[in-house]
Amino acid sequence: MLSRIAESLYWIGRYVERAEDTARILDVHLHRMLADPWVDEETACRSLLGVMGVSPIEQPVSAARVVGLLGLDEHNPSSVVGALAAARENARGARETVSSEMWETLNATWHGLPDARRRVEQQGVHAFFRWVRERCSVLAGLTDATMSRDEGWLFLVLGRSVERVDMTARLLSTHVRAGGSIPSWLTLLRSCGAWETYLRTYRGSLDDRHAAEFLLLDRLFPRSVFAALSTAESCLAELEPDPSRAGVATDAQRIVGRSRTNLEFRGADELMADLGTVLAGLERTCSQVNDAVSRRYFRQTSAVLWLSEAVA
Amino acid sequence: MADLFEDYRLGPGWDEMFGEPSMPRPTYEALHATLQPLSSAELGIRAEVLARAFLDQGITFALKGVERPFPLDIVPRIIAADEWRVVEAGVGQRVKALEAFLDDVYGAGQVLADGVVPRRIVVTSAHFHREAAGINPHNGVRIHVAGVDLIRDEQGTFRVLEDNVRVPSGVSYVMENRRAMAHVLPEVFAATRIQPVESYPGQLLRALRAAAPVGISEPTVVVLTPGVHNSAYFEHALLAREMGVELVEGRDLVCVGNEVAMRTTAGEQRVDVIYRRVDDEFLDPVHFRADSVLGCAGLINAARAGRVTIANAVGNGVADDKLLYTYVPDLIRYYLNEEPILPNVETYRLDEDPDVLAHVLDRLDELVLKPVDGSGGAGIVIGSQATDEQLAAVRERIEVDPRGWIAQREVALSMVPTLVGNRLRARHVDLRPFAVNDGEKVWVLPGGLTRVALPEGALVVNSSQGGGSKDTWVLTESATLADEPSAVDPPIVVVPSPHSPDPGPAGGPVAVQQQQQQQSARSSGAPPC
Repeated sequence: MLSRIAESLYWIGRYVERAEDTARILDVHLHRMLADPWVDEETACRSLLGVMGVSPIEQPVSAARVVGLLGLDEHNPSSVVGALAAARENARGARETVSSEMWETLNATWHGLPDARRRVEQQGVHAFFRWVRERCSVLAGLTDATMSRDEGWLFLVLGRSVERVDMTARLLSTHVRAGGSIPSWLTLLRSCGAWETYLRTYRGSLDDRHAAEFLLLDRLFPRSVFAALSTAESCLAELEPDPSRAGVATDAQRIVGRSRTNLEFRGADELMADLGTVLAGLERTCSQVNDAVSRRYFRQTSAVLWLSEAVA
Repeated sequence: MADLFEDYRLGPGWDEMFGEPSMPRPTYEALHATLQPLSSAELGIRAEVLARAFLDQGITFALKGVERPFPLDIVPRIIAADEWRVVEAGVGQRVKALEAFLDDVYGAGQVLADGVVPRRIVVTSAHFHREAAGINPHNGVRIHVAGVDLIRDEQGTFRVLEDNVRVPSGVSYVMENRRAMAHVLPEVFAATRIQPVESYPGQLLRALRAAAPVGISEPTVVVLTPGVHNSAYFEHALLAREMGVELVEGRDLVCVGNEVAMRTTAGEQRVDVIYRRVDDEFLDPVHFRADSVLGCAGLINAARAGRVTIANAVGNGVADDKLLYTYVPDLIRYYLNEEPILPNVETYRLDEDPDVLAHVLDRLDELVLKPVDGSGGAGIVIGSQATDEQLAAVRERIEVDPRGWIAQREVALSMVPTLVGNRLRARHVDLRPFAVNDGEKVWVLPGGLTRVALPEGALVVNSSQGGGSKDTWVLTESATLADEPSAVDPPIVVVPSPHSPDPGPAGGPVAVQQQQQQQSARSSGAPPC
């Protein structure tokens, strides 16, 4: 597979996941701010912006402003609209590789974006975020149903998993930053679509330890950090057909594996006690994996050499 | 109910659908019968569905950096089987003559020595590349794909307007138009036998594989695109996808020791045949534009060494030169010893005879003036529609450079009913059939791209000039469903397997149903929470 195409697929995976997760996070946070009379809007918004990597802003920050920056800013590839546009642009450059149905879904979604702002004004932000979640789900379904499980698939799933680890870590950081009060664990679980599953798993006992354990360590819930790291790990393993005699073959495998075991073999109590450091470590992991994957698969170019005998 | 064709007026030029008002030609009877009872609102809805589908699928071309859907008109253009046989033979003949010419001018130059074509025309052509001399393709083919632009004149005769043997585009719209039309006008398809067009990518791949360097039995074929910002990017991606080959950009290729390879996640992989959609000038910075980032350094040397095949071959543009076009009938006689099947449009050469030049300069307002190396309708001046300033400007340019221009009689192109607003109006069309040469035979795709000039009276149909397209139907020899041709493939027989009854959920289904009914009865009136 062409390196350029592999890179596009990896980024399609990342951007679509980013769009979906950002929509989820915003939706739940904004709802929470409206529903809870004790929330200080300014503080909650600033905390959210900080976690999502938006540099601090001088002016007062409102919920509407957060929607503008993280939801609708088309020039920011980390906003919902920007990420969807970036995913579409990547798919356009890899059009002979992604299935027609995937392309058409991304393209039609992109064509629907100019309506997003109108939708927000007319029907409220929730309708917009819901639409985004639906479009991402349609895409995930078509990816699952129409893409052959070859290298391209591995790169797309790898990108999706890396982004998921990153976004879930950021989501948990919103809790840590706000001093554990806002947003509640309930909010976080809802953001991840994990609320019902959590209730069934722990029979309704809602406490910090169990909630953190669930989002960080659950083996079965697909949006947990552990599950996403494991998926990334197996993608990387499949991309390297020849396992090395000792340890693993690539930097990326090493980084992901270390991060996964670091979670797995520390108990939930220990993780909770040191949550801020653990989450910062996960964000670092994502950026390191990204670099390692780029170096190994996307940028492997032999430098052009001008030799006299080659020209003759 | 208002008839869709009620106030349809025949325009200047051959009307493809009507011989005389309200009397459709036999080829169009089925289509006319289907369209006539539709209201303009119904037709409008179908046209909207068509446009929406194109937008969603990204069937677009880029104009000044903005992606636009390529407008597809809902009324197709139909060509009878016997008319098509002439077109097919004429296009094939032309491609063979041009192949022989290219082989000659980049080789022995016999045609120049014999004075059939003046040497100065070839050596002054902007697209004659000495770099291409001595690159002899293994199977002799230089024109793997040709697009020959045809028009029908006032008498309904097909004439050649120009040849495109560099990188002719538009075939993707032929395929997509057909798919889309089958969705919105299924009833006409059911009543008409139309020759299919979907075999094009297969034919192209066969021709490309046949052109592989000597000794390569399983060649790796790629399509080379300038990238997503190119106006024909959609087509490049479609052809790569439908041929099942990689779509590469210049930066994906690397050329070392006359071998071309593409950069893959598993290292470099050799490439044998490049179907390039990048112009000559951008193909290889070593030989052409040094600032080009669209190509790959070393490509020309690799082709010369016979290690990679470039399709279409470098330097074909000399056969596209519009002044050379005036010699093609002579080339057909010279190389093939045949009479041209398709006539040219009457054309004046301006660089030979001062009297001809003076005559043309006198009548600029009646003629069509074309720059010889332009494409896409760029720079064309239609005398009858030009302002005095435009005519003065073109006169000045012709006087300075008579070699750079040709003058043609203004032909009223044939017309086909086209949906404009919510009514059908006569609009001018042309036709670009596509030919694929595998070295054994020139195959012509039945149909081709019909382009339509949307503004009233406009004669320039190019998409870059705001034109649209029509699905082009070539009827089979037996046009009615009654004369079913004998099937070549045995029909597939599907034996339905008996359905085993669905076991349904375990447990007492009746009891569960009753409970659920009671449940819903109890909660009726209040919304479920």
